Amino acid sequence: MPSPRYTREIPSRYRLEAGRCKGCGKVNYPARLICPSCRGEEIEKLNLSPQGTVITSTVIHVPPADFLMEAPYAMAVVETPEGARFMTQVVDCEPSTVLPGMEVSLEFRLIRKEGKSGILCYGHKAVPVA
Amino acid sequence: MREVAIIGAGMTRFGELWNQSLRQMFVEAAAEALNDAGADRIDSMYVGCMSGGQFTGQEHLGPLMADQFGMAGVASVHVESACASGGVALRQAFIEVASGMSDLVLAVGIEKMTDGADVTNVLATAADQELEVYYGVTFPGLYAMIARAHMQAYGTTEEDLAWVSVKNHRHGAKNEKAQFPSEFTVEQVMSSSMVAEPLRLLHCSPVSDGAAAVLLCPLDQAKDYTDKPVKIVGSSLATGSLALADREDPAFLDSVQKSGEGAYKMAGVGPRDIQVAEVHDCFSIAEICCIEALGFVERGKGGPAAREGFTAIGGCIPVNTSGGLKAKGHPVGATGVAQAIEIFRQLRGEAGARQVENARLGLAQNMGGSGASSVVHIFQGV
Repeated sequence: MPSPRYTREIPSRYRLEAGRCKGCGKVNYPARLICPSCRGEEIEKLNLSPQGTVITSTVIHVPPADFLMEAPYAMAVVETPEGARFMTQVVDCEPSTVLPGMEVSLEFRLIRKEGKSGILCYGHKAVPVA
Repeated sequence: MREVAIIGAGMTRFGELWNQSLRQMFVEAAAEALNDAGADRIDSMYVGCMSGGQFTGQEHLGPLMADQFGMAGVASVHVESACASGGVALRQAFIEVASGMSDLVLAVGIEKMTDGADVTNVLATAADQELEVYYGVTFPGLYAMIARAHMQAYGTTEEDLAWVSVKNHRHGAKNEKAQFPSEFTVEQVMSSSMVAEPLRLLHCSPVSDGAAAVLLCPLDQAKDYTDKPVKIVGSSLATGSLALADREDPAFLDSVQKSGEGAYKMAGVGPRDIQVAEVHDCFSIAEICCIEALGFVERGKGGPAAREGFTAIGGCIPVNTSGGLKAKGHPVGATGVAQAIEIFRQLRGEAGARQVENARLGLAQNMGGSGASSVVHIFQGV
């Protein structure tokens, strides 16, 4: 991944920065310039709580080349208490136990490596709440 | 707006066509469509292709294909909407003829997936790169999450999913153009290798090469070319969120519903009037979601449709008589046009062993990504 692009995406990936529409209250992660619900343009920043609930999930058995060593791994759409939803891996557990309704916390982790000499890419992964 | 008809069709066999290049497949399908109509010229053409650039390193397909087809000089442009590229090419051709801008317009869908590209990564470019692919999800993974949401909400079972594949392979076994014209049992589907839980290999459409072409003209000129034109009576394209996480209900495909409603309205018909349909079964769960969004069954009731024979040939609404993407193959850009050809054959009574009796009104639905774009056409035999 080219460094300018990676740098641009750091606020949302590192700090879970989202946007809340001042018009209708919809929370989007990451923040958008225009609210997809009401087309409002006044968006305030907010940081998401590092926790959420699994909405739907899968276990990837045939992964992309960059994730070959990790398969099988669980992925889920997670919803935070603020109502933001996003895609993430669910780790530190048996992948098949990740099902809708599971409570997770979000932890800052290494997501991927860009080849042998590329940059290390970080973000959040979900971990089941014990 | 003028009334528009399909007057000719041509397609390659779908499969791993090692000996055929992107341009050769294009010319084979396009030439067959013109010959079928007895036409020797076109005014313009649309090339639907998801990613010639990534699969084969070739962009600028509009002029390349016009040149290869011996038609250098005509207007020709590449259109893209991921796996809905073919359906969108057909829609652009329809709009151009309907508007009166051109009389003879060719719509061609094409894809060359087996020339060595990393297919998983190329297909994933149709998902959200920043929000989905970054974290390691694949296309089967996205549809697996749709499947799990559907199972959670409506009690759909893995056996329901398997029946979609079994049914479509039964249909595809009767199609000489199909990549896998062979039948499978429920047990074989349910014991095939896991790709992304709960989806197994035999829930997934294959990686394919192929091309498909249709020639369009105004209905009032169609009799110059064929005794059996097929009218396009409805055409609608709709979009939805690219990322699955941005959808209120991950088990429902809003873009499919919107595109269906648009096409029904334009045609002045409803789902109960449709006698044969091709829908975008890139994964078994996709057919279940699409027949719900198109109104063939109630929301949440798509699971048992294949198992109960509702969507089989001989059932209430035969779906994917061609074998669908599952058995016929899914050269992504070609799929939307190939679906239209199946309906064209059905409405002309030329579908052979898979003919639906007395089919007069047919529908084709082609989808991009995990449902971010959907295009629906409704056809009527003349």
